[in-house]
Amino acid sequence: MAQDQLNSKIVVIGGSAGSLEALLDLLPALRSDINIPIVIVIHRKTAPGSPLVDVLAIKSSLPVCEVDEKEPVRNGHIYIAPADYHLLFEADHTFSLDVSEKVNYSRPSIDVAFESAAEVYGAGLTGILLSGANADGTHGLMVIGELGGVAIAQDPDTAEISYMPEHAINNHVAHHIMNVQQIAAYINAL
Amino acid sequence: MEILITDKQLDEVLEDVFAIYGYDFKSYAKASMHRRINRLIAIDKFPSFAEFRYRIRTDKDYFHRFVEEITVNVTEMFRDPAFFNALRTEVLPAIATKPFIRVWHAGCSTGEEVYSTAILLKEANMLHKTLIYATDLNPDVVEKAKSGIFQLDRMKQYSENYIASGGKADFSSYYTAKYDRVIFNEELKKRMIFATHNLVSDGSFNEFQLILCRNVLIYFDKDLQQKVFDLFDKSLDSLGFLALGTKETLRFSPFIHRFRQLDKMKIWRKIS
Ligand SMILES: C[S@@+](CC[C@H](N)C(=O)[O-])C[C@H]1O[C@@H](n2cnc3c(N)ncnc32)[C@H](O)[C@@H]1O
Repeated sequence: MAQDQLNSKIVVIGGSAGSLEALLDLLPALRSDINIPIVIVIHRKTAPGSPLVDVLAIKSSLPVCEVDEKEPVRNGHIYIAPADYHLLFEADHTFSLDVSEKVNYSRPSIDVAFESAAEVYGAGLTGILLSGANADGTHGLMVIGELGGVAIAQDPDTAEISYMPEHAINNHVAHHIMNVQQIAAYINAL
Repeated sequence: MEILITDKQLDEVLEDVFAIYGYDFKSYAKASMHRRINRLIAIDKFPSFAEFRYRIRTDKDYFHRFVEEITVNVTEMFRDPAFFNALRTEVLPAIATKPFIRVWHAGCSTGEEVYSTAILLKEANMLHKTLIYATDLNPDVVEKAKSGIFQLDRMKQYSENYIASGGKADFSSYYTAKYDRVIFNEELKKRMIFATHNLVSDGSFNEFQLILCRNVLIYFDKDLQQKVFDLFDKSLDSLGFLALGTKETLRFSPFIHRFRQLDKMKIWRKIS
């Protein structure tokens, strides 16, 4: 699927426990004229339409919204995966949602979003794994690498909860290990 | 490295399935199909896509497994309690004066939602004059739904959902527990009719005051969604209600002007 889409870039960020802190530092450090989509998949318990979107919107100069099904993936927007659905990407660059079984005890699962994005965006995808206490995201980063994308893990020393990025690093699937400021600089340069 | 099928291979399987078994999945959203099929190939340890395709073409039992695995049957009782609260407080009172009520659960899966709705109707003292039609394309889940038997270990969560949706009764009075299962009361089941019905190929079969189709349309592409909206439009009584899943919308439908959305809920009422 990736071949004809080599020119489209996208950033998908996954996080679990402790990742909100990282996002609250990351979003204000992003350029306001970024022209790629940024998609955030974090584990959360709350129902769709929770204040998470508002909390992040305050910190960002880019428009922040919760994903609706079949919505186009637009450049310069920050998308938040809704609670209780897996987030998938269609070849025509629209979002799909799915309520299938939890993966790694999680829905949305970061692995599911990373893998689906990798199949569509191939080398155009940068996957970033932030703080968390769960192994979700490691397999997804591996698939991102296999399909030509870039896999980044938050520096565990800077993560609230180091387990999730450390798990990816220990499995040798991360191309880069970065703190939040370095991640921001990387995205700003894409 | 695991097998990830291409778009072309996906089309080939779906063409085979349609030509040989008559099930049309060609207008389903592709991303989920990709994922389910990749997963099935991995679980069943096929060494190649070609062998997977051959097995589906030649083995009818395996085709049943395919349908079971690629359609997503995950469901819950009183999923999204706020939605069921709106059903209770806004929708049911609006149709309560009808002498006879028909409700359709399209894509009912194993029936958890159907029993939830029956409980609401019972508490509104409307169940005795209501028939709930519950349909799904997958005959196996329809059989399960009909049995009214669910896992005991889910009841704690369902009971919490029930209370969060505004339920005041003792939730456990609606079922009898036996070993690790529970069976829901005959009184609820008596008002239900179960059948297989494929939203892609089967037509309208009655007129309803309320149609619920939640978390089914997310698996369809936009054109198929429109086709199904048309079917629902035809199957709704004037002033009937249509309820969709939390992230689904009628907004892009050409019929939208004929419907009015309830405040903040994924529920629309037909106005003409
Ligand atoms: C995720 S479940 C939704 C169950 C329930 N409505 C809920 O929201 O909890 C989706 C169901 O849609 C059914 N389905 C998929 N395609 C269908 C079709 N073409 N016609 C009827 N049902 C279909 C599947 O078999 C599955 O049981």
